[in-house]
Amino acid sequence: MHKFLIRSFVSSLVLLFTLTVAAVAKDVKAAFVYIGPTGDHGWTYQHDVGRKAVEAAGFKTTYVEGVPESADAERVLRQLANSGHDVIFTTSFGYMNPTNKVAKEFPNVKFEHATGYKREHPNVSTYAARFYEGRTILGTIAGTMTKSNVIGYVASFPIPEVIRGINSFTLAAQKVNPNIKTKIVWAFTWYDPGKEAEAAKALIDQGADVIAQHTDSTAIVQMAEKAGVYAFGQASDMDKFAPKAVLTSVENNWGPYYVDRVKAVANGTWSQKDTWHGIGDGMVVISDLDSQMPADLRSKVKKLQADLASGKVHSFTGPIYDQKGNLMVAEGKTADDGMLAGMMTYVKGVEGDIPK
Amino acid sequence: MIIDINFIGLIIASIMASAVPLILASCGELITERSGVLNLGVEGMMIIGAISGFALMTVTGSLIIAIFGAMLAGVLISTIFAFLTQTLITNHVATGLALTIFGIGISAMIGKNFVGIPGKEFPVLFEGLKDTIPLLGPILFGHSIVFYFAFALPFITSYFLKKTKIGLIVRAIGDSPESASNQGINVRLVRYACILYGGAMSGLAGAYLSMIYTPQWIENMTGGRGWIALALVVFSTWNPIKILIGAMIFGGLTIIQFHMQAIGVRIPVQFLTALPYIVTIIVLVVISRDSRKIRLSTPSSLGKSFHKDN
Repeated sequence: MHKFLIRSFVSSLVLLFTLTVAAVAKDVKAAFVYIGPTGDHGWTYQHDVGRKAVEAAGFKTTYVEGVPESADAERVLRQLANSGHDVIFTTSFGYMNPTNKVAKEFPNVKFEHATGYKREHPNVSTYAARFYEGRTILGTIAGTMTKSNVIGYVASFPIPEVIRGINSFTLAAQKVNPNIKTKIVWAFTWYDPGKEAEAAKALIDQGADVIAQHTDSTAIVQMAEKAGVYAFGQASDMDKFAPKAVLTSVENNWGPYYVDRVKAVANGTWSQKDTWHGIGDGMVVISDLDSQMPADLRSKVKKLQADLASGKVHSFTGPIYDQKGNLMVAEGKTADDGMLAGMMTYVKGVEGDIPK
Repeated sequence: MIIDINFIGLIIASIMASAVPLILASCGELITERSGVLNLGVEGMMIIGAISGFALMTVTGSLIIAIFGAMLAGVLISTIFAFLTQTLITNHVATGLALTIFGIGISAMIGKNFVGIPGKEFPVLFEGLKDTIPLLGPILFGHSIVFYFAFALPFITSYFLKKTKIGLIVRAIGDSPESASNQGINVRLVRYACILYGGAMSGLAGAYLSMIYTPQWIENMTGGRGWIALALVVFSTWNPIKILIGAMIFGGLTIIQFHMQAIGVRIPVQFLTALPYIVTIIVLVVISRDSRKIRLSTPSSLGKSFHKDN
């Protein structure tokens, strides 16, 4: 009897060992948690394009879409961590606390949280894109292309990310055309094609001849096409939705980062990081420039793109004043990341107040 | 800010365009409810219409097939509701809610392959006359055929309910299915027809969104308009002409709000989003204080199952 027990104990040890070895050698599995449906053709869609790049690189991936930013998120994360995923990407700001909470319970699983700032445990990294660099380019184009000097801007929610975009856009537009006015309409949605189209229509009816957007659907560029004004694509290249209206698009390109991080997990070189990549690192991509833009503007934009990438030009270079005329960034200085991350005031030249 | 007369015309035209899906779905639901059936599945039928219209347009390239296909899709999904509530005598409220959840889910599933495809341009009528008359030009001309149909529908519906024999039968069933049944009317058959008609109109409303208003497919693109259409039926006290007014108010809220923002006037957005429902509740309170009004406007058997054998 004893012998039997010992033998089975030894054999189970051997089994356990083999299993562990197998576990170490097994393929790395990555999971993605999405706030919206992959069919939004916007934010979540672009993350899913990134996930497919990870698949193409030879890794196994799974995703859960439409996960609310609540206790549900914790449940989903726990389940993904329990079911053998080695790295989990949580792709919305509201997953910040659930990610950190679950990360504590699973120290061997790596967590990557998009757009957040909390890294409470060594297995949590954060990453975001400097979309405002793209908006510097859009502002330059808008300021040059407008004839009415009224530029419309459909915004989503009053958070630093969006306000930073409005400021960066307006500063760039003013630089090439001091007479422009940026009219902002808050749609209070990330995507609702009907509402977005209505917001764009209101701006066009009020004289805007270039429309920028910080909401996700293609309804705005389509409305611009119908009305015969210019617009810019958001998150993905929207040119095919409105070939005449779209001058260029700012694309979110998560693929290279995702592949990089999953590879790091596979090689065992993953470590905690806070990543904020822009045009230079290819996380923010400017689509082809439309041929309706004059050649000198196109070459100017190309140069600006290169300068933003190299760091020679910064979107927020002083002197920058807020709406009341207080100095925000002194001459010759640039805004630091802390200021950018918490930006909740309009710069001079933006009309109206930030809604509460 | 220039208040020019054409500018007002443009705003009114935008409001009318946003009212179209509400009018269509509400007028359909009104007929359903007039027959005594409460179908809370409007949002689900609408989104099914939206994906069906868009998918058929993309696959066949024909706008006519797409429009009628969307209506047919609305009919098909409402057949499920009709079968459950009329043949199997299930609860209207629960079945309607299930229909909405089902519609949203299945449209997302079908729609997977249609994301990111631009829609086709839908032809508009009388485009050239737009600039001929100030103010009225942009209001009257340059719209799609569905737009004109939507604005005629409340009047057709009103005529149908008041002046035609079938219309009277529908109302009689809605008020007292027992008496109607005793008169030899096939209550179940008429209710089936009313539910299917409601489905067709919701399907058309969805197709308007995905093919004309914002030509594209995006999950959940109806964005709660089905619920507003339901509220609108109550708001109108089951009167099609009042649906027209209500749809302009409900649809206009967002547009006016955006215009005010662009001018620089601030109103709390959350309040405006809730306003259609608040107004509906107020209307409900007002009409329920007057028992005569209730008797006159609400179909008495609304939402109650009818067992023929009882």
